[in-house]
Amino acid sequence: MEFALSEEQCLLQDSVRRFLEQNSPLDKVRLAAGNTHTVQRSLWAGASELGIPGMLIPEDFGGMGLGFLDAAIVYEMFGRYVAPLPFLGTAVMAPLALMLAGSEAQQEKWLPKIAAGEIIAGVAVTESIGVREDAGVKAGKGTLTGKVLFVIDWAEADLYIVADSDHGLHLVLPGAKGLSRRALDTIDKTRSVGELVFDQVSAEPLPRSSADAVARVIDAGRVMLAADTLGAGQMMIEKSVAYAGERKQFGRVIGSFQAVKHLCAEMAAALEPSRSLVWYAAHALDEVPGDARLMACHAKSHLSEVGRFVARTATEVHGGMGFTDLLGLHYWFKRIGFDRQLLGGPELVRLEAAHLQGWAA
Amino acid sequence: MDIELTKEDDAFRAEVRRFISEKLPRELAERETVGASGERGALRRWQKDLHEKGWVAVNWPRQYGGTGWTPLQKHIFNEEMAAANAPRLSPFGLSMVGPVIYTFGNEEQKKQHLPSILSGDVWWCQGYSEPGSGSDLASLRTRAVRQGDHYIVNGQKIWTSYAHEADWIFCLVRTDETAKPQEGISFLLIDMKTPGIEVKPIISIDGLHHLNEVFFTDVKVPVTNRIGDENKGWTYAKFLLVNERTGIAGVPESKRKIAHLRKIVKQERLGDGAALADEPAFMTRLSEIEVKLTGLEYTNLRIVAEEVAGRPAGPSSSTLKIVGTEVQQALSELAVEAAAFYAMPFQREHLMGIANEAPVGPAYAVSVTSAYNFGRAASIYGGSNEIQRNVIAKAVLGL
Repeated sequence: MEFALSEEQCLLQDSVRRFLEQNSPLDKVRLAAGNTHTVQRSLWAGASELGIPGMLIPEDFGGMGLGFLDAAIVYEMFGRYVAPLPFLGTAVMAPLALMLAGSEAQQEKWLPKIAAGEIIAGVAVTESIGVREDAGVKAGKGTLTGKVLFVIDWAEADLYIVADSDHGLHLVLPGAKGLSRRALDTIDKTRSVGELVFDQVSAEPLPRSSADAVARVIDAGRVMLAADTLGAGQMMIEKSVAYAGERKQFGRVIGSFQAVKHLCAEMAAALEPSRSLVWYAAHALDEVPGDARLMACHAKSHLSEVGRFVARTATEVHGGMGFTDLLGLHYWFKRIGFDRQLLGGPELVRLEAAHLQGWAA
Repeated sequence: MDIELTKEDDAFRAEVRRFISEKLPRELAERETVGASGERGALRRWQKDLHEKGWVAVNWPRQYGGTGWTPLQKHIFNEEMAAANAPRLSPFGLSMVGPVIYTFGNEEQKKQHLPSILSGDVWWCQGYSEPGSGSDLASLRTRAVRQGDHYIVNGQKIWTSYAHEADWIFCLVRTDETAKPQEGISFLLIDMKTPGIEVKPIISIDGLHHLNEVFFTDVKVPVTNRIGDENKGWTYAKFLLVNERTGIAGVPESKRKIAHLRKIVKQERLGDGAALADEPAFMTRLSEIEVKLTGLEYTNLRIVAEEVAGRPAGPSSSTLKIVGTEVQQALSELAVEAAAFYAMPFQREHLMGIANEAPVGPAYAVSVTSAYNFGRAASIYGGSNEIQRNVIAKAVLGL
């Protein structure tokens, strides 16, 4: 038993940290946030050199064949640097959908391109979590009709993985006839989502689709969002501690006041145990299938709450500066807020967890 | 203790309702409901109507154009206004500098400023915080040097809400560099059109422009614009802060938000199709907040009664500020939760009230996240809640 990251995993996380520190500083993030629906190609090319888009994809298809814990510690770094990159859909959820439900031909066609960082893959599954009003997608004979909001990695996608309302997964090309696409600005300008509206759009089903496959894609997405919040929260704590050590009032740094010191300590006390939860949830996706879904729910809902507490408290420590655009702390604040709502807010996810455990009707 | 309403009180309530139904512009109330900022012109007209009726300055003494109402009448009025979604009038003149002017100003100053505050013709902003002086306000460094009949003002203010729309600013300035910090401050009224004043926007977490930096470079301010005595400004500043903190508690606004949330939860569906109103965990939290708010509401009434009896609110306003802002933040959190997915979209045009198309998601969801985000400021402005706790520890508990 060794509840720890391996040496390789530490090296992987360090290399991603160094890459993002150098290539995605706040001024770059700010520029990217002005063009949310444009893929940051040179940054994505850099990530591709590190093998990130193909990290979960088997080596046979040109990927690294790593696991979800590896992906989680990488996405944690993305959260730490609020990296404006299409990781969640393209590098995690879409490849997983193809690996679980795609035919060999579909895998051979698409996985190597994803692994090489050549294409962006959007993922449209939100209607499988909470159907709203008139939304949802119905599959006909080789076609899809309906609409889906909050499509992950929507911008410049070269293909979309779409879940219909009967747990079917489909491949849709962005140029398909009858498909309309609408960008959606959200609070988080570092990640692109949008709406897809289908009017008899021809789609290619993934032949091994199942309710379980859709659920596993969502589980993986939820663990990644938890990891993203973990990284973003950690950075907010570090920024708070640094600010509290610089900002002076009443002739001393504000970090010397217990009122401020304790705010920082409470953040650390809340976030650090969450790290272990995220690790285990990611590990369960790889190795403990019986625990995976429940742990994904727990990680998602708990990190949502802890993330919100940290985001808020860090903003409080920064005083007025915390809610200025100028300082940019809000990129982390909003990233955490977006992580909370995407793929199910904590209230909904907790309800799911209760159902999984037979605690709710 | 007497909480029965008399016939006169009932009649008064009916009169208030009648006035609101006749005068409150419908679009202003609707905007207020979704949380979008009210359009300035409509706000001005609403203030004019209130002013004509003599109801614009609820808490001012009658001799200066206030209502002279009993605390209970004020309470009834505030309740009805909140229930009707009437927008809050800009507090900088009516709740902040106005009371300072009629309490500490001279006759000339009262004559010059009070009427235009009441009518809404002149808009004010607050020049208190500086980059190095937030919680430690008394360390402020914007200095005013006497030169004949004028002060020459140099320095910088920050976090100045709506300075870009204001006609006048009330400012704390340092007039004695050698005295103890609190004893070298004066309170000046400055016309924003005076040469040497520059306003720069601060874009805040909600992506919008409410806040500013205000720079003063050799700004000439007549000595007659000083309130009260030179170097006694801290006294007036603290008087104002007490009013500001009581106002920040925002009890009527929170009551309105609760009523609004109660409507939302009937419409909003959960993942399994049930109404959010049937979700006990959510409703329990809503009820907990409501209880806190009710406590605040009656505390407000007590404070008003104390003031009527000539005992000023003082440090208890710090308690109101802490609990009031916590209630606001908890409510904004619940609104985000109620909106769920639809808390994500950022719909700038809808927030500004200039959209032509229907919003993504229900109308009530449009502003929930911006309100939640900008609402983080509530525990910081008007003296951070950490500072308020210090005030309570020292001034209330004697620690």
